[in-house]
Amino acid sequence: MSVSHDINTLRELKDGKLSFEKLHGLISGFKDADRFDKMVQIWQESVEWDDPILLPLAEHLFVVRKPDGRRVVKSTWGYEYCEAQENWKLHAKVFVRDTEELINEIYPDKLGCDPEWMQLREYYDPLSGTLLEVEVVPPGYPIVHDFKPDIDTFYRDWLGRPVP
Amino acid sequence: MLNKVQAVDSRIENIGWEGKTLRQMLKESDDIFERTGHYQGLKDLKIRTGQPILYEKIFSHLRGGLVNARSTALNISASPIVKEIGELSFALYTPEGESVALSTGIIVHVHTMADAIKYMIRNNYEQNPGIAPGHVFCNNNSMIGDVHTADVHTLIPIFWENELIGWAGGVTHEIDVGGIQPGSMCYGHADRYGDGLLVSAELVGTNDLFHEDYLQRCRDNVRAEMYWVLDEKTRLTGCQLVREQVYRTIEEVGLDTYKAFIREAIEEGRRTLVGKVRQMGFPGEYEAPTFIDLPWKNDETVHPLARKDTMMHAPLRMKITGDGHLGLSFDGANQWDYHSFNCAPSPMQGAMWVQLTQTLWNSDKINDGAYYATSIELPKGSWCNPDYDKVSTTLTWFFLIPSFTGFVRSLARSYFARGYLEEISASYPCTWNLLQGGGINHFGKPSAFTNFEISCQGTGAAYVKDGEATCAAMWNPEGDMGEVETWEHLEPLLYLGRGRKANTSGAGKYRGGCGAESLRMLFKTESQILFSAGEGHVFASAGVFGGYPGNSGYRHNVHHSNMKELAANKAPYPTLDGDPENSAISALVKGDEVFDLNQMTGPHPFGEYDLYASVQRGGPGLGDPLERDPAAVAADVNGGELLERFAKPIYGVVLTRGADGRLAADVAATRAERAAMRQRRLERAVDAKDFVARERERVLAGNINAPVRAMYQSSMKLSSRWAAHFRTFWSLADDFSF
Repeated sequence: MSVSHDINTLRELKDGKLSFEKLHGLISGFKDADRFDKMVQIWQESVEWDDPILLPLAEHLFVVRKPDGRRVVKSTWGYEYCEAQENWKLHAKVFVRDTEELINEIYPDKLGCDPEWMQLREYYDPLSGTLLEVEVVPPGYPIVHDFKPDIDTFYRDWLGRPVP
Repeated sequence: MLNKVQAVDSRIENIGWEGKTLRQMLKESDDIFERTGHYQGLKDLKIRTGQPILYEKIFSHLRGGLVNARSTALNISASPIVKEIGELSFALYTPEGESVALSTGIIVHVHTMADAIKYMIRNNYEQNPGIAPGHVFCNNNSMIGDVHTADVHTLIPIFWENELIGWAGGVTHEIDVGGIQPGSMCYGHADRYGDGLLVSAELVGTNDLFHEDYLQRCRDNVRAEMYWVLDEKTRLTGCQLVREQVYRTIEEVGLDTYKAFIREAIEEGRRTLVGKVRQMGFPGEYEAPTFIDLPWKNDETVHPLARKDTMMHAPLRMKITGDGHLGLSFDGANQWDYHSFNCAPSPMQGAMWVQLTQTLWNSDKINDGAYYATSIELPKGSWCNPDYDKVSTTLTWFFLIPSFTGFVRSLARSYFARGYLEEISASYPCTWNLLQGGGINHFGKPSAFTNFEISCQGTGAAYVKDGEATCAAMWNPEGDMGEVETWEHLEPLLYLGRGRKANTSGAGKYRGGCGAESLRMLFKTESQILFSAGEGHVFASAGVFGGYPGNSGYRHNVHHSNMKELAANKAPYPTLDGDPENSAISALVKGDEVFDLNQMTGPHPFGEYDLYASVQRGGPGLGDPLERDPAAVAADVNGGELLERFAKPIYGVVLTRGADGRLAADVAATRAERAAMRQRRLERAVDAKDFVARERERVLAGNINAPVRAMYQSSMKLSSRWAAHFRTFWSLADDFSF
């Protein structure tokens, strides 16, 4: 069944302003095949830079095409981290909660982790100080690469068009 | 209804279709899928496309029959786990053992029962012990096809004249399985020999009746014998109701149409999942590891072989390929061990399956077609595919549940990329504290119990809303805490209170759903053995997009308490533990207090008036907490879900108290505080490359605690790929080891 949603409905979805009834309808109904293009348009409207968005990668992070053709991970505030296939976290600011005192800033004592067993790594956007990801891993664990998208396959084989 | 049964209690040669054996049918089914990529080689779904109304009608008949079987049969059970919590489900299978349709309920087992049926076929049960009309088979062996010993299957063949046309299966969770300690999932022993009553795909009934010697064996070998035996009858009744519905359906549509339908339903299922992946997924690779602690070095109640500190490693990777195939891999998982949390491949497959039903394919039409559209890599010798088949698996869930939280987060990243924000969840929290135990109960009888409050945890935050409080379990989408009074009838522990627990929600722009806690007091029993289970030193789930995990757990018990005196004197007593930094238990009760992070314990003795705090989990959060609506933070504090002193350090929200005593957010002050916090974040953070350089030195020096070091060593030993990943990331020598 072909379904399409009004772009204002999707804007409200992104901003958390959709009524419960409409949200329920989106969840339980058939999915709209044109969602990707509409959401990319909405994300593009939400940032102040002009590089075209190829892929919303994570909250506040996008893969964009630079004028020279490179695909780069870029934040809402314009910080450019790295090429799309790299792990953006390796180019972020990181703060590690690895003492009881630091963990207890977020969790009452005994509701958090033991820093000998696990640490919280907080990855911030270097321009805005926004918290982009919290990694909970034991000491010595390699930084996790959450998502390595196959953009070429998506556009070519799933959307049936070349990558912009 | 035995009118379709021609030869009760006699062996029928070649009971498969067209005179084949079931083994032939299963092999042909596997071969043709391998060759064509389609279930049974079906390229055209003739009924579905040519007679869609008929197709849907048959499905509705079968689905309705399964749901009805569950709703009717559970009334036979006396067990609150089954009757109130709903820990049962039924499913219909093809002759080869693929599920066609299923009821509601604990549907993780739909695929594990498929594995049990295939085991019987592959092991030539047609010849010995025979598969005939009226036969009843039972299984609770996870190495054959089950999650763990407590989940008991009943499987009955469905014949039409002399031909096997399918199987009906039912599963219930038992309160006690006759393990070395009381409870349905006891642990602390080293291997299978403490797991309890094991029924390995066994013929336990003929002529639609249980063998009396089988029932007597059950009575003799479990503590809660009434519950076990009534649950046997619950499952058999449900299976018979399913069989009746199949007969009615065939009488209406004809045998040939029924046979064609069950093939098409599974191929449709496969195509649906592939289509869903292409519709909502994003091709690429995802990484989402999780961990859980087992702090048993000083726990003298566990077997000497298990008495050590251990960390489980679940290095989940998800891959979506261009053809819509969804694959999971746990390559890099560490080794199995002498505890009860090892996990056979069957439950891992089942867990993947049940997560699909709650995420990518949340439709009542899910069936084993999903199995043909996915794959899962489970390294041999690891905790999720042990190379020693006598491992203990009573509490497989302890490792399994955390290991799949990353699956939901990876799907969330996929949905975000595609724009389906309404589907995003930060994942689920784990389902504990798990309280089990037993002893001489308040009626003076030997007994055992497993408290299933665990089926109500907070849910993960969504992209557009907070998680829901105390309502769900990853293994049963229809969670129910059960009535306090029912548990008090079953367990010799009073509830001093049950309520929400502040600061269990994972923080975020949207926070996780709040968790709960109960405070229990042993009453009218001289002694009980009690377990507690859950993570204490780690977070076993995680948030997403800047959200934090929900709470970890802790142990807070008081032995030899003065509760009897407090009650006699009508003095204040605690109803909950509350804020652990200002514990109500510590403030009001005297006794031998145990208050630490060793949430996961072996079977410890308790006496009358001892207190036991049971802390459940809140859901993980989503997004930067500094982006949360300040008014929502004030509401959380007013509602008792967030301790006031954490509003500022977590959320940057400045609260003021109004004349009515309620707190409100000072918007201007909050804006200024958040700006200052963002600046402070950047000031105390470092460039990631500097962190990597610093942490590398720590790795090189081996300055990492023993269980984590042992985890790395084990993962590197079992997986050369993971070893190379670890060494490459930290720029270590090719022969580096701890």
